[in-house]
Amino acid sequence: MTTLAGTQRSRKWVYIPLTMMALFYLLPMFVMLNTGFKSFEEVSLATMWQLPSALSLDNFRAAWELLQPNMMNSLKIVIPAATISSFLGSINGYVLSKWKFRGANIVFPLLLFGMFIPYQSVLIPLVQVMSWAGLAGSIWALIIVHVIYGIPITTLIFRNYFAAIPESLIEAAKVDGAGIFQVYWRVLLPLSIPAFVVVYIWQFTAAWNDFLFAVLLTSQDNWPVTVALNNMAGSQIIAWNVQMAGSFLAALPTLLIYIFLGRYFLRGMMTGALKE
Amino acid sequence: MTTVTPDTDVRADPPPPKRKRFKMENWWGVLWVLPSILAVMVFVYGFIIWTARVSVSAWKGLTPDYTYVGAQNFVNLASDKRFHIDVTNTIIFTLVFVLGCLLIGLGLAILLDKGIRAEGFYRSLFLFPMAISFIVTGVVWRWLMNPAQGDRLSGLNLLFHNLHLDFLVNSWYATPTWGIAAVAIGAVWQMSGYTMALYLAGLRAVPEALREAARVDGATEFQLYRRVIMPLLWPVTLAAVIILGHSSLKVFDLIIAMVGKQIALDVPSIYMWTTTFDGFFFGRGAAIGMVLLVSVAVLVIPYLWYSLRQESEG
Repeated sequence: MTTLAGTQRSRKWVYIPLTMMALFYLLPMFVMLNTGFKSFEEVSLATMWQLPSALSLDNFRAAWELLQPNMMNSLKIVIPAATISSFLGSINGYVLSKWKFRGANIVFPLLLFGMFIPYQSVLIPLVQVMSWAGLAGSIWALIIVHVIYGIPITTLIFRNYFAAIPESLIEAAKVDGAGIFQVYWRVLLPLSIPAFVVVYIWQFTAAWNDFLFAVLLTSQDNWPVTVALNNMAGSQIIAWNVQMAGSFLAALPTLLIYIFLGRYFLRGMMTGALKE
Repeated sequence: MTTVTPDTDVRADPPPPKRKRFKMENWWGVLWVLPSILAVMVFVYGFIIWTARVSVSAWKGLTPDYTYVGAQNFVNLASDKRFHIDVTNTIIFTLVFVLGCLLIGLGLAILLDKGIRAEGFYRSLFLFPMAISFIVTGVVWRWLMNPAQGDRLSGLNLLFHNLHLDFLVNSWYATPTWGIAAVAIGAVWQMSGYTMALYLAGLRAVPEALREAARVDGATEFQLYRRVIMPLLWPVTLAAVIILGHSSLKVFDLIIAMVGKQIALDVPSIYMWTTTFDGFFFGRGAAIGMVLLVSVAVLVIPYLWYSLRQESEG
């Protein structure tokens, strides 16, 4: 009996550390928004913890003006990259789980290792090849890079998903005379919408948040938002309040995805640790 | 996890007679994945071999120079003062980052596992930093950890001062030797929620009967965690250490956004970048890239091997 009362009581104090940690996680968000909503006159480092006296959009407007072309570049890179990645991953996952060929058990681990490599070990050849192909500086270089280095994770997510689909379903389609393509198109593709959402979100987020490849491979006109934001933060001319508003704008797309589709985001994350 | 199980007796099915009927189609399968396999073979393995070749070359300057110099670039690194700083920084960063994530992640998971209300709310809150770019958080932490003192006190230091916690005021990333630990705090903020999610999944897999049995035997809550639950969470801890450890070797964006390229806060991934693309010392840059690759491989390959073997057994 005492244990029951004990657990009841223990549940109350649990909220104290949880709430304190929640504040810690919200701190950077608070600073971004609190500063972002102040008017230019009200902004000062000495009063950064005081709430704005009135909501103003000055900072967001200024940041949007600076970052808008780069936000567009990011979209132009991220949408094709995530779309192509999803289809490639789905085909690979299908073949590697349902049409295992000889050597598939060697190919799969080799693909997976590609997910973990430090990209510093491929950057020099990458730049050489992209310049040789005449793609260096363009958004195409980045799209290709995100698609190729995304193959391991997208394949893994789809393979795990398809592996759980019963063989009998595929056998039934085969008996009806469906070949490898029809089985995919009529049976697995319609069933794999949730996996598509997981992979699309994962690749969208990864490509949107990328900095290393972007700063290496794009010229100033094609900079995605991460590179532009970092540059803005490094400059002495742009005030820190505009930087805060800009940070929030750059975070907004992936943040919205997380808020509305967080369940799928989490699933992709757990697969990344090779856990289901 | 999966929602697609239309009938329940599927596991009783005999294994499909793949070999005879679908031989032809297996070749189709290979053909389908071939573009992806080739792309990864070229862009991952081909490029690694290429980098390895550059790492033993004399390439310096804008035109490629593949003159073989043996291990010279690696030998030079071993006595390179800047690389020594990099190694020290990586060790400090890794310790603070991995331990911070494990402790906070485990603590939060245990608290959330107590069956509280609003669990979903807290869980989402702890995880949202994962969705945000290191560049964004780096820019914000740069201002939060502003090391300015005296009249120009700002950021967290100002907050501590306002809360009369002046003993906490410090110079963050401007601290000699330990400055990188401040950057690691930003990384802990970003990744501890992820560690929590891993631990929470692990805790949920501990059978309730086991907890009950321990309680009936008179174990206190602390003993229950220490003797029963923690040993069961060992695989989760291992996975978390590998994932976090390997990402701390790769950290780049966060440092660039928070503190820029400073020698005092340098790490191998940034040294590789600056020496190669700002200084055109391609041979040295490639050597650093190879050192990073080998460090990551030592961590990750045994883990991959272990995970895949478990999967084929289970």
